[in-house]
Amino acid sequence: MSKIDPEELAEEVIEHHALGHPDGHDKSVGTSPRRKEDARLVTGSTNWTDNIVLPGMLQMAVLRSPMAHARITSIDVSAAKEQPGVIAAFTGAELADHWAGGLPCAWPVTSEMVSPVHLPIAVDTVRHAGEAVAVVVARDRYEVADALEFIDVEYEQLPAVVDLEQALRDEVLVHEDKGTNRTFDWPFAAGDIDAAFTAGEVHVKSRYFQQRLIPSAIEPRAVVVAPIAAADEYTLYSSTQIPHILRLMLALTCGVPEQKLRVVAPDVGGGFGSKLNVYAEEAIALVVAKQIGRPIKWTESRSEAFQATIHGRGQIQDIEIAATRDGKVTGLKVDLIADMGAYLQLVTPGVPILGAFMYPSIYKFDAYQFNCTGVFTTLTPTDAYRGAGRPEATYAIERIMDDLAAELGMDPLELRRRNWIAHEEFPFETIAGLTYDTGNYEAATAKAVELFDYEGLRREQAERRERGDSLQLGIGVSTFTEMCGLAPSRVLGSLSYGAGGWEAASIRMLPSGKVEVVTGTTPHGQGHETSWSQIASDALGVPYDDIEVLHGDTAVAPKGMDTYGSRSLVVGGIAVTKAAERVVEKARRVAAHMLEASEGDIEFDRGTFSVKGSPEASKTIQEISLAVFAAHDLPEGLEPTIDADSVFDPENFSFPHGTHLCAMEIDTETGRSRIHRYVCVDDIGNVINPQIVEGQVHGGLAQGIAQALYEEAVYDPEGNLTTGTWVDYMIPSAADLVDFITDRTETASTTNSLGVKGVGEAGTIASTPAVINAVIDALKPYGVTDIRMPASPERVWHTIQEAKAGNGQGHSTPYPHTQSAQAAPEASA
Amino acid sequence: MSRISVKVNGTTYDDEVEPRLLFVHYLRDRLGFTGTSVGCDTSNCGACNILLDGVSVKSCTMLAVQADGSEVTTIQGLAGVRAGDGPPGGGDGVAEWHPLQKAFSAEHGLQCGYCTGGMIMSAVDLLARNPDPTGDEIRHGLEGNLCRCTGYQNIVRAVRTAAAELRGDTAAEPTTEVQA
Repeated sequence: MSKIDPEELAEEVIEHHALGHPDGHDKSVGTSPRRKEDARLVTGSTNWTDNIVLPGMLQMAVLRSPMAHARITSIDVSAAKEQPGVIAAFTGAELADHWAGGLPCAWPVTSEMVSPVHLPIAVDTVRHAGEAVAVVVARDRYEVADALEFIDVEYEQLPAVVDLEQALRDEVLVHEDKGTNRTFDWPFAAGDIDAAFTAGEVHVKSRYFQQRLIPSAIEPRAVVVAPIAAADEYTLYSSTQIPHILRLMLALTCGVPEQKLRVVAPDVGGGFGSKLNVYAEEAIALVVAKQIGRPIKWTESRSEAFQATIHGRGQIQDIEIAATRDGKVTGLKVDLIADMGAYLQLVTPGVPILGAFMYPSIYKFDAYQFNCTGVFTTLTPTDAYRGAGRPEATYAIERIMDDLAAELGMDPLELRRRNWIAHEEFPFETIAGLTYDTGNYEAATAKAVELFDYEGLRREQAERRERGDSLQLGIGVSTFTEMCGLAPSRVLGSLSYGAGGWEAASIRMLPSGKVEVVTGTTPHGQGHETSWSQIASDALGVPYDDIEVLHGDTAVAPKGMDTYGSRSLVVGGIAVTKAAERVVEKARRVAAHMLEASEGDIEFDRGTFSVKGSPEASKTIQEISLAVFAAHDLPEGLEPTIDADSVFDPENFSFPHGTHLCAMEIDTETGRSRIHRYVCVDDIGNVINPQIVEGQVHGGLAQGIAQALYEEAVYDPEGNLTTGTWVDYMIPSAADLVDFITDRTETASTTNSLGVKGVGEAGTIASTPAVINAVIDALKPYGVTDIRMPASPERVWHTIQEAKAGNGQGHSTPYPHTQSAQAAPEASA
Repeated sequence: MSRISVKVNGTTYDDEVEPRLLFVHYLRDRLGFTGTSVGCDTSNCGACNILLDGVSVKSCTMLAVQADGSEVTTIQGLAGVRAGDGPPGGGDGVAEWHPLQKAFSAEHGLQCGYCTGGMIMSAVDLLARNPDPTGDEIRHGLEGNLCRCTGYQNIVRAVRTAAAELRGDTAAEPTTEVQA
């Protein structure tokens, strides 16, 4: 073992990873110091919610419906209550009077949207397998699991509905009282679509399936509630991305005064959207702790997570594009059916609507027509999963651009060149009504093509085709953009979202010269403690190591909108810079007073205030902090603080973009595929920490590639999840992925002062179509034009066999991919 | 109840345990070694990996009684304590990280960090068996550990960096392999 010297290591890391600052690192932004989060994470000193132990704490467990759709004809918890160590047990009916409201849906996308009441525990009807029906509290996790076995429930099974088109026929109603499964219709139209489809004589039409995905953060959800019942006061710890939103929503659902509820997100082990929600177990734990007056912990098992945590995607996409013979796109029609699952969770209906704005992507054309129909099924609710609507949209447009290129006999990159917005045309208003501030698709594509050796791989592909090699090569293109940085509050308001999109930051200058940065963002792997320290270090001229970032606790960081939608840097990071600017302005006034100069003559450079023309007369920001703390001699009328707050509401989204190129090698005899080369050049504007950015891209790619090749939530016709564990639902291991070649172009955003764009979702959004386009390209010699995701070896093999028999439309299976007695279960690896 | 004696991170514990108690729950709930986390209930994720008599095992897939008589190292026992002029009790109390802990941080081989404890313990075992693994050998060696954040590329890089340090090969640079 060797000694670790943090300073030496930080220098080493900076040296190793610094990009773009060859001029001697006088700024922290743009370098990659060692992450502040790592010390606790690599030593096992982390504070996960499940690690929390409180005096007298009890363990809660939830009994869940084994059926997708049933009436509860009787339920009895009395025997469970008699088991050793059991403190309490409740049925849904027994808790029904304790709810002030149902679990919230904050995004009523239309005024007519059907929004059924969603109580945290079912009272008389269950609507998806895994829905809570009873709850037990006991001394420890073994006793509580034993006691669940003694709850007696009788169900009268009702028919399930798992297929989206079948659900729209309303033969089986998920919410009988609503009379329909159709949740909403959300149309959008711009331009003369008929004229556009007449002008473009080439029409290509496809139907794509976005399979359901299971987000699979490695930390399962967990909740701890510490009540002071006598005072009606509660602290709730949760493995959540959204402590601030959660506090408000739980206050409304559970009838607890908002000011009496403190919500803490301790260290959170990944989210990817799945912890952007208000969950039944959070509400149940709060209400039960209120009832029995003792601390309660609930920790989700992985098997529960598969059914009780939201799923992602779940759409049928009908898309049609029109173009002229020489490859000029003229119009686009999109018709979606989006699977809501059994209930509307926090932003369920909004997910496909976010996608509505992204189908036109980076292309210029004259007319766009969109409709989305939301539909209830008897399945686990869907909601935001990394990308949330934009991966689906990007998949469809990038797939059909490749289809169109094939139809026109044109190189897919050339087709894109003929249609994308040229760099000199920014800012550009798209047909979907968004204004893209900046971009340079030419530069990103040129760099990607070179790194990929596009021409060389095309030659190799031609040679393999020529000799009939059993190992065929396919090349897939994805030139994506996305809208992120949720979001301008006025835009969210125009989309009927229930809240704003601002973000808050505070800077506290401590007497010792150290600094606390308080942020309303809630990191769960993104490294905000590091990046926000870098931003504050540069803005205040205070060393990186002297800054502490506080977050994730409504008592410590009282104001915030939390972390999702690649918003933290472009909204919350900007709030940090604005708060820092205010600190400097306040300190400047004190400096002028201390140096007996006029404020206008005070210059600020890297932490030091000096008098213009006489640099020896100076005060550091740390000296000023101490002087303000003592408050013995301050300028007339100045309160004794230079601390400052900011709440930043952006004017626009940010629009990262990039070019992803994937080469897939496919063994046409076995169907086995392998990523031969993956290159992505992302443009996320200016970069705070290159190493963190690279990590976000890598992880995003892994999840997008996993949708293309590995992952699918499979239900049987009765609504049972047959991929109910990681044995059956395959998330990729290290052995399933390869090293990616990642690079960047930097076209600064003009909508924020740092010139930054979001990066958290980019890799996931871009990579899925690049991989599938490559798979289809590899199989073109067989006449294959489509394949269902995930393109597992078995499915690739079947697709080849069907194409040989004359059907190249892909391995046709109903949605959701259901198993029948005749069909062999899909192998997941 | 069964009586067990197990040495964990240098200290011997004698305890009465239920025969059904999972070893990971013994470590977490009884001994407080919460650095060992639980990610699944099907032995897929490896977040709970520890060294049992020097070999990497999933502590959710064994019973506490099976650890009787064994010596166990968890992620919290991996770092040493730096020798030097420190307070009574030896050393200055500053943890001396294992090369894998240093390399995971330096190479950004973790994001949320939930899988990291188990991932590092698996890598300790891997490097004991193969001190100079190729990227591909690392990928297959860590197949039993799932990470949802990193895409694994920087984990592979970190293991290579740590391997070089453990071999005393300070000149070795981390390399990104390109599949071609």
